Amino acid sequence: MSQVQSDYVSKNASKLKPSGIRKFFDLASQMENVISLGVGEPDFVTPWNVCEAGYASLENGYTAYTPNAGLLELREGISSYLNEQFSLSYDAKSEIICTVGASQAIDLAFRSILDTGDEVIIVEPGFVAYSPAVTLAGGTPVPLETVEEDEFKLTSEKLKSAITDKTKAVLICFPSNPTGATMTEEELEDVAQVIKDHDLLVLSDEIYAELTYDQTHYSIARIPGMRERTILISGFSKAFAMTGWRLGYVTGPEEILSVMLTIHQYTMMCAPTIAQHGALEALRNGREDLERMKRSYRQRRNFIVKSFNRMGLSCRMPGGAFYAFPSIQSTGMSSDEFAEKLLHEERVAVVPGHVFGEGGEGYVRCSYATSLESLQEAVKRIERFVNKNTE
Amino acid sequence: MNEKEIEILEILEDNARIPLDVLADMVDLSEEEVEKTITSLEEQNIILNYSSVINWDKAAGKDGVVAMIDVKVTPKREVGFDDVAERIYRFPEVKTVYLMSGAYDLSVQIEGKTMKEVAFFVSNKLSTLDSVLSTTTHFLLKKYKHDGVIFEPEQKDKRIVVSP
Ligand SMILES: Cc1ncc(COP(=O)(O)O)c(C=O)c1O
Repeated sequence: MSQVQSDYVSKNASKLKPSGIRKFFDLASQMENVISLGVGEPDFVTPWNVCEAGYASLENGYTAYTPNAGLLELREGISSYLNEQFSLSYDAKSEIICTVGASQAIDLAFRSILDTGDEVIIVEPGFVAYSPAVTLAGGTPVPLETVEEDEFKLTSEKLKSAITDKTKAVLICFPSNPTGATMTEEELEDVAQVIKDHDLLVLSDEIYAELTYDQTHYSIARIPGMRERTILISGFSKAFAMTGWRLGYVTGPEEILSVMLTIHQYTMMCAPTIAQHGALEALRNGREDLERMKRSYRQRRNFIVKSFNRMGLSCRMPGGAFYAFPSIQSTGMSSDEFAEKLLHEERVAVVPGHVFGEGGEGYVRCSYATSLESLQEAVKRIERFVNKNTE
Repeated sequence: MNEKEIEILEILEDNARIPLDVLADMVDLSEEEVEKTITSLEEQNIILNYSSVINWDKAAGKDGVVAMIDVKVTPKREVGFDDVAERIYRFPEVKTVYLMSGAYDLSVQIEGKTMKEVAFFVSNKLSTLDSVLSTTTHFLLKKYKHDGVIFEPEQKDKRIVVSP
């Protein structure tokens, strides 16, 4: 771009760095025969009944906008779903907005709460979109690295150390992308106490809540005194295998949600209508499929994590999501080197940990949402690679 | 039946050729434990057989026909339908026999080399059984899905190779 043109680009927007994921996408997509453990979405296609509900909505002429916050029926469905699964209570009329994926919910949430200079503590290693969303909303992202010794959980001491006068909110995501870490009720209570003491908000991205394998998911919004300061973000992408439908939702206290709804109304109108009809079917009749997919992820998790440990890549058993986050420090390589070399030599794509935050250096993210056959082959290739590259 | 046993059965039903060590990892047991469990499931006749789902239409050199036959029978005192079912399933060309609710009693699937062979079986072996009242034969034209397996699966992974 010429100098003149780049002068037009917003200074704020040009602060954003391209995601490190992009580089691996470009490399991997030019190669043949690649087994990708780099995919951040389910390998299942959307269950058939949900697809049928999508077709039916078109056949029945539902091709217009829905109310801004989404079909009331869907919001009522989400309300009772959250209640049944996670013991949360949100009013369908005033405390739930259907969004274009959790992605839009994240953007809306930051735009609704941030003023210039406000700091948001982002728990990392974490999903790549949080910091850019804070920056675009005029805020200042403050990364806070969790460490393997704490099983990549957030601790109250850590949180306290990152809080300043400018801190407005904390973003947490458990089960975590990329670490798979989960937090128990007690652990969340500790953190919640600090949040209450400092009068902060929390954005809790719980999009992987359903994919919690060894315990039941507990939402921070359940802790007494937290509901009024929690913005809960979730969606249908992961648990219901609906990434391409682009449907998520956000819930929270009415005062904040009404601001979000105003922004949403001007910038998005509403979430996709077909997707809302699909989601309604997923909530009504999707439980069995969800459980089936979850069982399958858990089995594949067990296989790949044990395999990593056997080949000398130390890897915690992640409690949720569909990512293993093995340490590659024993190879002496940086995570970028490891990922690039592995791709070139063995044609296995993984994502270097540092793209999820500095604390991710020394790790790679391996998605196990890939067929068991591919995982078996990937494990063979990675083992050969590790053997060759460790003295 | 405990949870692990059911999990092992489900995995095997989906893929009977899964390596034992992989299966053991998946269900979080040792290989020995899995092996013992499988042996015991075999002994109890819970696992009966490890067969493959084959699309014979694609395997040149082996032609054949399959027919589904609806059979109405008169159940016998004491033994009910079991006796006549046994007399039918003993024939090697009979591949499946199910007792059904509804308009007929037994659903019988048979395989033969030609339609003539199947017709011969129905008229000479099946219909002549004492308890058989009537039969309706349907020839199978094409298999789309069998035991949960789609015959022309779409293999392509439609996801982008790396995503956040
Ligand atoms: C932690 C996390 N949050 C949000 C998203 C975005 O999901 P959606 O498809 O609902 O926009 C993802 C997707 O990878 C994710 O991993």
